[in-house]
This record gives sequence, C-alpha cells and structure tokens, in this order.
Amino acid sequence: MTATVSYVPAPDAAPRSRMLGAQTRMELRLLLRNGEQVGLTLVVPLLLEVFLNLPLLSSLGGSRRIDFVVPSVLALAVMSSAFTGLAIGTGFERKYGVLKRLGATALPRSVLLLGKTLAVLLLEVLQVGLVCTLGLALGWHPHGNPIWTALLIVLGTLAFGGLGLLIAGTLRAEVTLAAANLIWLVLLFAGGIAIALDSYPAPFADVARYLPSAALSDGLHHVLQNGGGLPLGAALTLLVWSAVALPAATRWFSWE
Amino acid sequence: MPPQATHAILAPSRPDEAASGPALEISGLIKSYAGRRVVDGLTLTLARGEIVALLGPNGAGKTTTIEISEGFRRPDAGTVRVLGLDPLRDAAALKPQIGVMLQDGVGAYTGAKARELLDLFAAYAAHPHDTAELLELVGLSDVAGTQVKRLSGGQRQRLSLALALVGRPALVFLDEPTAGMDPQARRGTWGLISQLRADGVSVVLTTHLLDEAEQLADTIVVINHGRVVATGSPAELVRAGAEGQIRFRAPAGLRLTSLSDALHAGASASEEAPGRYLITGERSPQLLASVAAWCAAQGVFAEDLAVERRTLEDVFLEMTGAELSA
Repeated sequence: MTATVSYVPAPDAAPRSRMLGAQTRMELRLLLRNGEQVGLTLVVPLLLEVFLNLPLLSSLGGSRRIDFVVPSVLALAVMSSAFTGLAIGTGFERKYGVLKRLGATALPRSVLLLGKTLAVLLLEVLQVGLVCTLGLALGWHPHGNPIWTALLIVLGTLAFGGLGLLIAGTLRAEVTLAAANLIWLVLLFAGGIAIALDSYPAPFADVARYLPSAALSDGLHHVLQNGGGLPLGAALTLLVWSAVALPAATRWFSWE
Repeated sequence: MPPQATHAILAPSRPDEAASGPALEISGLIKSYAGRRVVDGLTLTLARGEIVALLGPNGAGKTTTIEISEGFRRPDAGTVRVLGLDPLRDAAALKPQIGVMLQDGVGAYTGAKARELLDLFAAYAAHPHDTAELLELVGLSDVAGTQVKRLSGGQRQRLSLALALVGRPALVFLDEPTAGMDPQARRGTWGLISQLRADGVSVVLTTHLLDEAEQLADTIVVINHGRVVATGSPAELVRAGAEGQIRFRAPAGLRLTSLSDALHAGASASEEAPGRYLITGERSPQLLASVAAWCAAQGVFAEDLAVERRTLEDVFLEMTGAELSA
C-alpha cells in the first residue's frame, strides 16, 4: 500500500461529452468482443448475402439478384444490431445488475441510452461497409441517393432500438433472448426482408407492409434497387414505430 | 493528480449543507415488501468524516436501508437525507458525491476488463483518481487486463471497492465490503477504509462481521427486524450493562446460595451445567478473590478458572437473539 494516496473528497460529475465518449467506446468495444453479437450482426448478414445471391430461390424477383439482395441484407443488418443485439445485450445487463450499478454513478440515464445508440450506429457503419463491399464484389450496382439510405437506416435504428429496449426493459432476460431471436427469424422471412411481400397473399401482405422490417426493407429497395427518391410511406411508417416504441420503452423500462 | 491539488477543489457546491450537516440522516424510515416490514421505524445519524457500521443478521434490513439511501428504493415513510440531499428528488446532484459498493459483486459489464471498467467509471467523475494507482492500491494490477467475469469473488469485491472510490466521493456506501475476501485482502481493505476516514470521507458500511465493525466503526448501529436495537461506539456497546464473567469447573452440586452470599452485592453465581459454574458481576480483583477464597474455605479445587470480558458478540446475541452467520 502506498501511503501517499489521498482520498480527500473532490466529488463532481464529469462533463457529459466525456461521459458519452467513454460510454460509447465501452459499449462498442463490448459489442465487438462478444462472439454472439459479432455472429448475429456481422457474420450472419454476410453469409446470408452470399446465400441469397445463389440462384437457389426462384422467387427473388427483379432483374438482377444481387441488386435485390444487398438492400435486404442491409435491412437485416440494422434489425440485427438495433433490435435483436440491443435487446439481448440490454436484457442481460439488466439481469446481471449492470444497469442498477450504473444507476449509482454520476452517469445520467440519457447519456447511457445515447451511448448505446451511438455504439449501435457505429456498428452499423461497419456493417454497411462490409455488406456493401461484399455486394460490390458480387457485382452489385447501387442506385439512388446515399443520403436517403442513411436516413432510412437511422429511422430504422430508432424504431427497432425502441422496440428492442421495450422488450429488454420489461421481460426477463431469458424471455427477451428467445423473443428477440424468434422475432428476428419471423421478420426475416415473413416481414419483407428476405422474401418480397408481393410473394405473399394480398391480405397478409397489406398488413405486413406496415411492419418496421418491411418499411425499412421496402424503403431501401426503393432507393438502392430502383433509384427512387425518399420513400415517404416507408419513412413515415418507421417514424410512427419510433414515436410509439421509444416513449413506451422510456415509460415501462425497469432498470432492475 | 497530486494530493495537494485535491484540496483546492474541495469547496462543496452547497457550502451550508455540505460542510456542516450530517453525512447521513435517517429518521423514522419504514419500508415493506409484500406487506412484510423489512425496515420498521429506523433512525440513525452519521457525522461527517465518521464511519458507521450497520450490524445485523441477514434479513435485518441493512441492505434495504442502504439502498434507500442510495436512491434505489422509495421509502414508504420517514425521511432520508444524504449529504443534506433527498436521494430520489436530488438524485442528479447526489450521485456524483457518493461512492457505492453493491452487495453482490461488481454488478457491471462482465465482459469488460478490470482496468477498462475502472477507466469508464473514472470518466464519469470530474477529478478521478489515477486508475493505475488505484488498481495497485487494491492489489489488482496483475489482473488489470482480465475480464471481470474471470476474476475471483475476492478480486471482484476489490474492484468493486475501487469503482466506489475512483470519483473521490465525500460519502461511500459499502455493503458487506469484505465478503468473499481472504484474510489478507480483508486486512488490506480495513486499512484502506481507515485511510478514507483519516482523509475525511464519511463511510456507511454493513457487515455481519463483529470484528470488522469493532475495528472500523466510530458508531455501531445494531439492527434487527428493521429496528435499531442498540447504538454506540464499540466500547460503549461492550460496556453497556457489560459485566465480567468468571467461569470455573468444580465438582457438581456446590451450594450456590453460600457462594452468592460470599460475593459482593450485585454478583451472582449459577451452575450452567453440572460441574460448570458461572459468576457474573462487576469485574474486579475483589470478585476474583472472593470466588477463590470461598472455594478454599469449602476445600474445593477450582479448575479452568477464567475471567472473561464480554465481547460484542455477547452483546449482539443478547440484543438480537440471533447468531451472526459468518
């Protein structure tokens, strides 16, 4: 033990910007260190990008297969990190008392949530980079305005993030784990991501169109595959989901 | 940061409250879970720069009291002021002032490395300790790069202590700080807690280790069934009604009335078990001499004669009727 250390009190909170920087770095570092998260958010989308591009499924419509596949996989990547990954990670942090422990520090809740959001967005930058690079290698021809793509991804992140936190903050961690994975799988195939909703019977497709997965996927296809402008319907749908899910998560989230 | 630099920033944000009032003031605190009262009208005060130990068996209400003070739970009735602030209403102002060690381990990102976690908590504070130095102090330098989930129970406790201290708090809550530590780490932690007191940090600790409370605390608050059953310095508690005891072994069936008559007023004799005798009374050389003289007069050879000081443990048993589990 060193005798020179002084414990004379000098308590005060750090500036929020410093907290946010440190929190974001920690969240991102933990995401990239966790094998299951990396598998879910990086490995599976890239594998699906290759798999869906194989001429196995005839129903993938459109002129060039890869032009359909890349927007689908981008939508999947966002759903994986903002919804399933965030829900499972947060659910277990809640279970193991991480959120409680952080609640006894100077870190405000808002900075914690902002840090998580920023970490997810940074992870998405990495995902988009990898998915697009692989897509280009597979012969993908991007169309449309990248700004609209980025906007749709941010809106999708808010909608899915709100839903993920709502599940993580209200259900037990084990239930969250099961639900987040199951919903991911269902939305992948029946939520307009891997299979275009046009392939389903009309009554189902008409309702499913308003799922966040379908809105994000449709919007991304509209821009990237068809070179369209900002798809207002899709953007509005995602905005409504965000406007419902984020306040609901804030309202019902229990930290312990 | 050199120690001198810290004095300059000592100036509290609310000079009137922060400099003078008690560090912790709890009055008439009541908290029930599912209709069962776990804290039942508890009142206590901790002066600035002192250490109070909440001592009691498991389920006595220690942790609930601490968690209400930390702002985790809402009291059903009563008032709690921590550094003059309301733990719930003034949470944002209070949290940076306190350091918290939760009962069950680190309670933070288990995938993070020890050093990363301490650095993160340091980033929450305006004037944090040097994290490498703090890790060294709690003996974790060797495992700085180890993930929290791979640390032993005792190592997690020490990391948890470092996390509580890194922001240079004015008041720390240590819930069972040495649970799971080996004796060496426990002594090191006791030394560190004494150092906190010497530097003016107020400390609230819960423990069910009597020697821990006796060694560290200025004030011990004995809690049972959510109520304070005794308050005082360790010496006061031992002294309160504290009589000496003399035990000896001799043939069974000695005449106790004769023995009691031979002792001075206030002392009494009893046969606890056949052949085992207990004298209670004010501890004095005369008491011992009277016992020896009576035995000599009776031609009785007293074996294993021992004078015992009442321990805190005796006091505790008497007050709570409960054994402290180790």
